[in-house]
Amino acid sequence: MASANATQSVYLDYAATTPTDPRVVEAMLPYFTEIYGNAHSGHRPGRRAEQAVEDARETVARILNCKPSEIVFTSGGTESVNLAIRGVTLSEKGDSAKHIVSSAIEHSAVLKTLEQMASTNGIEYTLLPVSQEAVVDPETLIPALQPNTALVSVMAANNEVGTIQPISALAAQAKARGVLMHTDAVQAAGQLPLDVQALGVDMLSLSAHKFYGPKGVGALYVRDGIRLTPSQTGGSHEEGQRAGTVNTPGVVGLAKALQLAYDEFDERTAHYRSLRDQLIDEVLRLVPNARLTGHSEQRLPGHASFLLDGLDGNTLIMHLDMKGLAASSASACKTGNPEPSSVLLAMGVPYETAFGSLRLTIGKDTTETDIEYSVSVLAQIVEKLYRLRQNYR
Amino acid sequence: MSNTKPRVVVAMSGGVDSSVAAALMVEQGYDVVGMMMRLWSEETVSGGAHNRCCTPDQMSDARRIADQLKIPFYVLDTKSVFRKTVVQYFIDAHREGITPNPCLECNRHIRFDFLQQNALALDADYLATGHYARIHQGDGGKFLLKKGLDDAKDQSYVLSVMGQEQLAHAMFPVGEYTKPEVRALAQKFGLPTASKHDSQDLCFLGDGDYRRFLRENAPEMMAAGPIVRSDGAVIGEHQGLANYTIGQRKGLGVFAPEPMYVIALNPAANALVVGTAEELGSRTLTARRVNWIAGEAPGDRFEAEVKIRYKARPAKASICAYDDQRMQVTFESPLRDITPGQGAVVYDGDVCLGGGIIEKPAL
Repeated sequence: MASANATQSVYLDYAATTPTDPRVVEAMLPYFTEIYGNAHSGHRPGRRAEQAVEDARETVARILNCKPSEIVFTSGGTESVNLAIRGVTLSEKGDSAKHIVSSAIEHSAVLKTLEQMASTNGIEYTLLPVSQEAVVDPETLIPALQPNTALVSVMAANNEVGTIQPISALAAQAKARGVLMHTDAVQAAGQLPLDVQALGVDMLSLSAHKFYGPKGVGALYVRDGIRLTPSQTGGSHEEGQRAGTVNTPGVVGLAKALQLAYDEFDERTAHYRSLRDQLIDEVLRLVPNARLTGHSEQRLPGHASFLLDGLDGNTLIMHLDMKGLAASSASACKTGNPEPSSVLLAMGVPYETAFGSLRLTIGKDTTETDIEYSVSVLAQIVEKLYRLRQNYR
Repeated sequence: MSNTKPRVVVAMSGGVDSSVAAALMVEQGYDVVGMMMRLWSEETVSGGAHNRCCTPDQMSDARRIADQLKIPFYVLDTKSVFRKTVVQYFIDAHREGITPNPCLECNRHIRFDFLQQNALALDADYLATGHYARIHQGDGGKFLLKKGLDDAKDQSYVLSVMGQEQLAHAMFPVGEYTKPEVRALAQKFGLPTASKHDSQDLCFLGDGDYRRFLRENAPEMMAAGPIVRSDGAVIGEHQGLANYTIGQRKGLGVFAPEPMYVIALNPAANALVVGTAEELGSRTLTARRVNWIAGEAPGDRFEAEVKIRYKARPAKASICAYDDQRMQVTFESPLRDITPGQGAVVYDGDVCLGGGIIEKPAL
């Protein structure tokens, strides 16, 4: 709970998670108690659940511009990413070592998976560098490809600095060399169009809670003809690609949330963009030393991120929280052991400075007043922290 | 601001004393914020060791207690300032051949500077800790630091580094209770009652082995050298000065007609000076970096009681206070374990007047 002294309570951490839309909750509710069957069962209650799951699959497929059979439901973004990367790289037969190309600024769901596969499965990987604005240059992909490259995985938009990646250009390069392309679209969903044909990707990962859906449910688009080696073994659910009873209320919620996000896409993104621009302008004008991180134009509509040279995100988040403002920093850590942001390091920010990241992300219910309050609180706290810091250098 | 309750940051460790302190503050209606410091610990070969005052278990305990009390909880990154002050002091002191008391330096630099300043920056009016000590306002508005009500648990010794400014913004909620009463309060508040996380001496050593730490960080203090008598006669070899402390008798490995005690460490010559029981005792000491809690000494020369270690009994003494933050203490009768580097803390009955760091006597 916020402090009793907090005069207002403002949530600007929608990139971390969003509340579940009441319309989504309503759509999910019958599937807890009334329509409780196992979608895999052959009886009537099972068929009712199965219908809901298949309806959800169709909804997701329509929005992604793919076939329903190309959608696998998972427990969230991390599982989708793991299934995509492990699924196409690790063969059940254990054939020769493969190579993966990714980028230096991927989410840890990708990077830790690559690290582990390198140490236990003999997989090799190459991380493409990024520009100071955190953009992957498609020109760098070709020289990175090797004869045994099995997969290219680059995120659609970065979670920390909001930069949108040139996915269709990267996918075209990969396709020309016959290499599969996966994109982690967890942060982009609801903010960018997700047409897999236009993007040209072979796999795409989603997580419902980033677009007003429930936590603990995600989806993976897998182009027809790609056979994934399951990451978890068990029943033959999801065409044998993902064992485990399907989370019926979850996938219903995911589909409903995705549908709402794209039905209301223009209004929502226009709203995000206008508040984001107001936020960025005011922060740069009023907060001492604040610098924008990421790309000034190629960024998610609801995403603003800054660097406060010499401050540490951990302390900043604590002070903002005491003022009722929920924000985030790559260096904020519940155990008080901040690490520099690896994304900022990859963008060429010096080590000492890379502790000072701040992310403010906007939601559909954010107001101009929220932005004004946040900027004034931020300006006040940053000034105070620079003063405090002088004593302990 | 609609709410004008004073804000208190409580330094929480997950242990019973600081948890009860936080619960008492909540009960008394303060706007309470829980905070734990992430202190420095060595990077060991096996990976990051945990400072024994802030292990992951202690952090999750403190977090659970804060949740239970419905107060915000944060962990403050204190690693770099702790390394620069407390740990560096520990190494430097050993190099000088004195026996440091890191807890005094921690209260001076960490709790009642860095943490308190961070608390005030968070718009708090007070920093509260689980120490057994009391703060009373005396005549003329001066703040007095008094012993905790529970004499056996009194921690005023390690708080003797505080000044008026620090005391004005500090609270010791459990200092008004005895330890059994604090346990009863913990029970009443539904808090864990076991004292599993008492603060640890040398908390920054993952394995608690200060000899190994010094071998790595002050190797010259772990080098063998001569054991000499006060007249300079060499009577044996020592295994590194940092292994010895004033008054130590065991483990010297010297043959002498009467029992020999460590009476001084001489790093310049890497010599361990030993002597008889008569040579060991002293009636006087001088201390430096003396802090007078009232802002000034009670007088140039006055009678008081002095504790020369945390667990020592107060001894009657007369004190000469000098202008250069030094003092000379003359005891009624000689004390055997006056140890340079430890605090000499001055009391007038229950009131802690201040203290300083015992200097090495001129050899």
